[in-house]
Amino acid sequence: MSAPASAVRDAARDPLLVRVLLTAAALAVVALFLVLPLAVVFAEAFAKGAGAFWEAVRDPETLFSVRLTLLVTTIVVAANLVFGLAAAWAVTRFRFPGRRLLSSLIELPLSISPVVSGLVFILLLGDAGIVGRHFAAHGVKIIFALPGIVVATLFVTLPYVARELIPLMEAGGSQEEEAALTLGARGWQIFRRVTLPNISWGLLYGIVLASARALGEFGAVSVVSGHVRGETTTVPLQVEILYNEYHFAAAFAVASLLSLLALFTVAVKKLLQRRVAAARAGQAATEGGRA
Amino acid sequence: MRSAGVLPGFRLTLGFTLLYLALVVVVPLATLFTGTASFSLAGLQKALLSARVLSAFRLSIGASLAAAGFTAVFGFLVAWVLVRYPFPGRQAVDALVDLPFALPTAVGGIALTALWSDNGWLGRLAAAGGVKVAFTPLGVVVALIFIGFPFVVRMVQPVLQDLDPALEEAAASLGASRLQTFRRVILPQAAPAVLSGAVLAFARALGEYGTVVFISGNLPLRTETVPFLILARLEQYDYAGATAVAVLMLLFAAGLLLTVGALQREGRAAAPARR
Repeated sequence: MSAPASAVRDAARDPLLVRVLLTAAALAVVALFLVLPLAVVFAEAFAKGAGAFWEAVRDPETLFSVRLTLLVTTIVVAANLVFGLAAAWAVTRFRFPGRRLLSSLIELPLSISPVVSGLVFILLLGDAGIVGRHFAAHGVKIIFALPGIVVATLFVTLPYVARELIPLMEAGGSQEEEAALTLGARGWQIFRRVTLPNISWGLLYGIVLASARALGEFGAVSVVSGHVRGETTTVPLQVEILYNEYHFAAAFAVASLLSLLALFTVAVKKLLQRRVAAARAGQAATEGGRA
Repeated sequence: MRSAGVLPGFRLTLGFTLLYLALVVVVPLATLFTGTASFSLAGLQKALLSARVLSAFRLSIGASLAAAGFTAVFGFLVAWVLVRYPFPGRQAVDALVDLPFALPTAVGGIALTALWSDNGWLGRLAAAGGVKVAFTPLGVVVALIFIGFPFVVRMVQPVLQDLDPALEEAAASLGASRLQTFRRVILPQAAPAVLSGAVLAFARALGEYGTVVFISGNLPLRTETVPFLILARLEQYDYAGATAVAVLMLLFAAGLLLTVGALQREGRAAAPARR
């Protein structure tokens, strides 16, 4: 077997010069468009020294924005986690008309411009909005306040957990759960003892992606926040304010924290992707074994 | 094999899913269309047929096309190298490709502006060559390349990984040169993925706000994109005008995605017949 295999490999092998040139070109593109923008964030963050960096990070307004962002992210990710689990259970464990349509509807927010995502909530929940005017009549402010930021972020991050779980649970099939059912397990027991262990990596992956998007959402939040200082400025908005007021070093200092989070996300993603792929392959294998 | 509906929780989970989707996605998006339905034709004309709107659409579509084209070519190159040529640090580069998805758009925006402004690391070099990048349409293209970069790479990578090496061997044994094999054997198999990736990058670019807003300068008639125009109208409390532009942009993007989807289904349907 080794002879034809190596012949195949040789046929698909490019000359060394071509390989070196193409690799260099690809690395140049990656450096130009990915590495340098990232490097510039850290260079600018420390342009005025470490002291200025710490001062910028410890600024009360910045700390407020961190607290607000963490609050919004916690609410939004928790809600979309429950939604993702419910949606994945309904879509993958039952057959019903409109199942496909439901799946595409779940992905819809991904293809909508962040600015439009913000706009729809102004139209709906703003002081003059269809629903918002009734709240406004009772003095409840939704847009340009915390609830507006929460719903806009809810909208843009809605798909992330569900779209990780649906393919995973689809591939896993429902035999194990059905077996648990025949053994007398109740619904919640089945979910906790059978489903959850099988999807835990995918679930974690979805949570990481949703959190990253929620922490960093700018366009949609920018539209509904109103940029009220010390009230509705999330971390990305704080970066924008600092930047627009020419506090470049401070803006980049805060931005560098978000960049570290992004690097962490990318690393976790790479790690979890392998786990999820392994989980999927494992499930497919047991599936095949049963058939 | 699957028996539909023995497991518990159907009504509860489906009911919750539908209610949640209705409240968070369907009703909010519907307000966009009920809002425009009340428009008079003259009002629509006034909202959409101004030089400022047309210029914004021209820039957004043109820059998104340019960026999607760039990422199609260079995204393919990066995917090719990542799949085919092992080099030290390949895993790190592979992970880094997702950076534009993970980095908050405002951070990407200010970073690119600092990089490409006239006294930035790259802007200085460009300026020495007489090219201004930041605060010009070219800056918009650069930002959209950044944000669209992962799409083509991530679409093409699995396709290249799954290519049957026997096909390349067959081509080589039939006397094809490496370049011919690439053009006639590899490229046709990867092309649909490249196209899908480029379309996704285009759709994302068209609506992108955060990455673009800092580097573009947002000069009406010159460097103002459609998303910024929507925001500008919102800030002037021109909700109807903002909605009209938003609906036009959504319809354009939806039309494009549907057309390409239909073309690809047709291509897939025709493929076995060609063989």
